[in-house]
Amino acid sequence: MGIESALGEGYLTSRVDALVNWARANAAWPMPMGLACCAIEMMAFAGPKYDAARFGSEVMRFSPRQSDVMIVAGWCTYKMSHAVRRIWDQMPDPKWCIAMGACASTGGMHRSYGVVQGVDNFLPVDAYISGCPPRPDAVLHALMKIQDKIKTEHSVLLDA
Amino acid sequence: MSSSPAGSLSNTIEEVTKHHTSAVIEAYTSSGDTFLRIEKESLLAVCSWLKEEHDFVYLADIVGADRFTSDERFEVIYNLLSLKNQCRLFVKVRCDEDAPSLESVTGIWPGANWKEREVYDMFGIRFENHPDLRRMYLPEDFQYYPLRKEFPLLGVPGSIPLPNTTPDAD
Repeated sequence: MGIESALGEGYLTSRVDALVNWARANAAWPMPMGLACCAIEMMAFAGPKYDAARFGSEVMRFSPRQSDVMIVAGWCTYKMSHAVRRIWDQMPDPKWCIAMGACASTGGMHRSYGVVQGVDNFLPVDAYISGCPPRPDAVLHALMKIQDKIKTEHSVLLDA
Repeated sequence: MSSSPAGSLSNTIEEVTKHHTSAVIEAYTSSGDTFLRIEKESLLAVCSWLKEEHDFVYLADIVGADRFTSDERFEVIYNLLSLKNQCRLFVKVRCDEDAPSLESVTGIWPGANWKEREVYDMFGIRFENHPDLRRMYLPEDFQYYPLRKEFPLLGVPGSIPLPNTTPDAD
């Protein structure tokens, strides 16, 4: 009822891209890949105080097939990297990835033979969050950056 | 602590030097803990004697150490606990760098199984007559022993595989 009164008898033009991206950006459901203490901050990010649902990340989906953004929260060992990559491969396109915290971004303080020095060694990471662990606000910030990125993408193929 | 645990522990040290004179290399206390270093050949004899005669029924831990010396490079430390006498004894054994091996104490304390596997995994010290001496944490085909001093901090590049990032390629 709001938009009709503003437009009167007129109409709006837009691009399909913009419409699809707007929808995608505001429904990016996270796949929580909680591997260590960052997962606690990730729960706060989803919880009522910081409330990721305000940004359309309505619900954490524990099934990769229903999620759009993987948040890798914590340090990842070589052994775990295979499981993480397998979950990532099961997520339907389009999908995005957040490396949350120093460990997921670079290995952090775990400078060791058993820990992958940054999950970008095997995942295409879109947003890195600094901090150990990062505050929930920082995770929201990363989510907003992902939304910005989604809005600039060409989501609909033009005719060849 | 009361005086009785220390008393029973010094009694143990006294008796072990009496019964296994040739086995004991040194016995000393440091930072409130008591250590007993023995010959590797008499490890089983001393351990079973400590368990049977002095109630060290609980093997709390087995620790490996790389002393990085030219002779007797590796040391294995057995952390024994007597619940009855409320005291703790560390038994140390040293072994050489070339094909380091010790007798397994799984026959005395079955709980030593995984502990010895962990020491084997990290230091490459073999435990003879161990029922299932496989690596504990690292991949079975891993060629290195990461807690040895010469092992680089970040490991050997490519020695543990990362997942395939182009799954559709093959």
